[in-house]
Amino acid sequence: MDFFDADILILGAGGAGLRAAIAAAQAAPDMTVALVSKVYPMRSHTVAAEGGSAGVVRANDSLDNHFNDTVEGGDWLCEQDVVEYFVGHCTREMIQLEHWGCPWSRQPDGNVNVRKFGGMKIERTWFAADRSGFHILHTLFQTSTQFPQIRRFDEYFCVDLIVEGGRVQGAVVLSLSSGEFTAIRARAVVIATGGAGRVFRQNTNGGIVTGDGMALAYRHGVPLRDMEFVQYHPTCLPGTGILITEGCRGEGALLVNKDNYRYLQDYGLGPVTPEPRNKFMELGPRDRLSQAFWHEERRGRTVTTPQGEAVLLDLRHLGAAKLKERLPLICDLARDFAGIDAVTTAIPVRPAVHYTMGGILVDINTATPLPGLFAAGECSSVGIHGANRLGSNSLAELTVFGRVAGEQAAAFARKAPAANAGDGHADRARAIEADALALLQQKGEGERHAVLRAEMAASMEKGCGIYRLGPEMQQTCDTIANLKQRHRALTLEDRSRVWNTDWVGAIELGFQLEVAEAMAHASLFRTESRGAHQRLDGYDKRDDVNFLCHSLAYRQAGTAPRIASQPVKITRSPPGQRAYGALGEQLEAARKEATHV
Amino acid sequence: MSDTKPKTIELRILRYCPSKDAKPAFGSFDVPYTDDMSVLQGLQEIKATLDGSLAFRWSCRMAVCGSCGMMINGTPKLACNTFLRDLAPGPVAIEPLQNFPIERDLVVTVGDFVKKIESIYPYVMPKVPKTIEEGTYLQTPGQMEEYASFADCINCMLCYAACPQFGANPDFIGPGAMALLQRYSSDSRDGGQQKRLDQIRGEDGVWSCTAVGICSEVCPKLVDPANAVNQNKSKSALDFFLSGLRKESVS
Repeated sequence: MDFFDADILILGAGGAGLRAAIAAAQAAPDMTVALVSKVYPMRSHTVAAEGGSAGVVRANDSLDNHFNDTVEGGDWLCEQDVVEYFVGHCTREMIQLEHWGCPWSRQPDGNVNVRKFGGMKIERTWFAADRSGFHILHTLFQTSTQFPQIRRFDEYFCVDLIVEGGRVQGAVVLSLSSGEFTAIRARAVVIATGGAGRVFRQNTNGGIVTGDGMALAYRHGVPLRDMEFVQYHPTCLPGTGILITEGCRGEGALLVNKDNYRYLQDYGLGPVTPEPRNKFMELGPRDRLSQAFWHEERRGRTVTTPQGEAVLLDLRHLGAAKLKERLPLICDLARDFAGIDAVTTAIPVRPAVHYTMGGILVDINTATPLPGLFAAGECSSVGIHGANRLGSNSLAELTVFGRVAGEQAAAFARKAPAANAGDGHADRARAIEADALALLQQKGEGERHAVLRAEMAASMEKGCGIYRLGPEMQQTCDTIANLKQRHRALTLEDRSRVWNTDWVGAIELGFQLEVAEAMAHASLFRTESRGAHQRLDGYDKRDDVNFLCHSLAYRQAGTAPRIASQPVKITRSPPGQRAYGALGEQLEAARKEATHV
Repeated sequence: MSDTKPKTIELRILRYCPSKDAKPAFGSFDVPYTDDMSVLQGLQEIKATLDGSLAFRWSCRMAVCGSCGMMINGTPKLACNTFLRDLAPGPVAIEPLQNFPIERDLVVTVGDFVKKIESIYPYVMPKVPKTIEEGTYLQTPGQMEEYASFADCINCMLCYAACPQFGANPDFIGPGAMALLQRYSSDSRDGGQQKRLDQIRGEDGVWSCTAVGICSEVCPKLVDPANAVNQNKSKSALDFFLSGLRKESVS
């Protein structure tokens, strides 16, 4: 086993991890930042984000608007002080990315352009055509290369954190290339490992999105917050789940059912206008649009494709020139993965799991309850998404809170005593290595982890989908518990060390099962309907008396997680009726009236 | 209705496990497939049901992360957007990307390529530094057009697998890094042109290219690295000429 001494360790080198690394390197130029990623940084899943990133910039917009959209979009389950901080820092981060070279799309005069997005009152989504995440990620990665104190561990997989003396002091990582382990010692650790969408069957996520960091923190006693809130993105390719950006609708695309009818008008999102208005129809929030699909499917008003039921996303009226300028990737994806020319044919789409709203519990400073441990980005729950995230808030989140995490980790490392360099550290690291090697060698009972993974994904889709039922959620809890048992007895086919993806996949599945279990139990706990958590078993209304609170899932060894609740921080937006379309407009007018009186 | 009879296709995959094999050798798998399946999905099917030890990189499965480049019937391709239906009836030869050392099965060494990217100063060196409070730089759509296509490179390395110069000389800076260099050097915000030009002047730099142009043919993102190389050849030539003049005027 190798040992490496760093001051700050960052796990994950997607948008949040890279932003944290740069912030740490700038805040503490004398410190060594170890940046660990199981893939080369530019492969991280931030790369697949398409539509754009929020930041108030228009003269007719305001931070209050962004705040209200976010809190209402989250069905009042957001930490309002954190949202306040967030909206106040998004634009700075977008400008910072621009200075670093991010090719934001421009207006003819050279100023940055913004597009409409779902649930946003005013245009405030900065975009780089429909490859916004790709450009943000490459910009951050390339910018990070100018800091020699960032020591990258590319294609190193974290198997466990080293926790000693009540604080985190590093991690043990496995080189995929050599199969050898390194213990990285650090005084502060940032988890920035992304979401966990791969625990579901049909999803937009890359294969690497397996909730590793969430599970690592959870295993060390840090609660996972709001895990019942899983976002279905309403427009994805049937079968593969490949993302067809909300930016399409921001540019004016329409959603129709098999009768060429703009069905969203039947679900409280109308009235219909030729081009969707902000917060109406196609520019409603993701939870409502995914729920509308569910009903359309049951009403028999969807189109049948070889990959399942779908509705149609119609971009034809936008014209070839605009599609080429604004949505070139979407045109490529439609052509390659659906055999469709988006200029002449509407694209069949359906909801697929996209984003993990919950995550590792952190405060406004990205600090977890475990001293020295920070988290940022999709893996974390800093509190800005509540029960439903608005599109373009997550790319903004990873820059705003990635920076905070890097700076906070640097400040913590500055004050903290040196990590324990004694035998305890090495012993702990060797014990972690021994556990990982035991899995490699174990005889087991002959089951492949691919089988378990498929069962997990099917069960999560059944029990924790767009609409949920108590008995089905319970069944999913039971299935996950059973899969955890079987996971302990699985058998690897590959016992070699170099690039053993069979081994890594098995460890990842262990992480996924932890996260899946937290999601299923948190879902069962919440006997109300709010945002992306919708029940059909008598709890179909929001219940502010009992559930205007977060859920916290605490891992318990050998048994189901304990679910506790945590109050929501409400500063200036009291919970109100959440509505879009005409009713939303009326309610907003009434609120305005009330505050003027 | 398409033919519902289950179809299979033979995938012949170059296998190599350093702890077991003296040298790489082909292994054959008959894979059931449907018309919507990519080569990547074929490999995933093998890994899930036939042989869990098969090693290959993948992630996004939508041709944007750049992980799954490999030789498919002798041509460098992304496995995720190459479809089995287009390769039927097979067999299909699948090999690791050419010109790179093989680590295991379809996994090649990426580190040297990433070092090349890092070597060309792949970041904005601001011509006119600005604070955040001063806001964004102005950049017209026309100015963006100057570098936009070069910024679309996904680092998949297909161009390196196709490049005969890189095959002959692994130290050659290569098409992908040249495209990235061009991306920053033609950005109106950037002032680092000279520094980058100096970096590619040497014998492994831009002049090693023999203008085959196949790099642009295999690019899945229409980045046109050959154009980047050409532009830098003329810049490098002009720079050489001007540096001669500068020396003369000094002496």
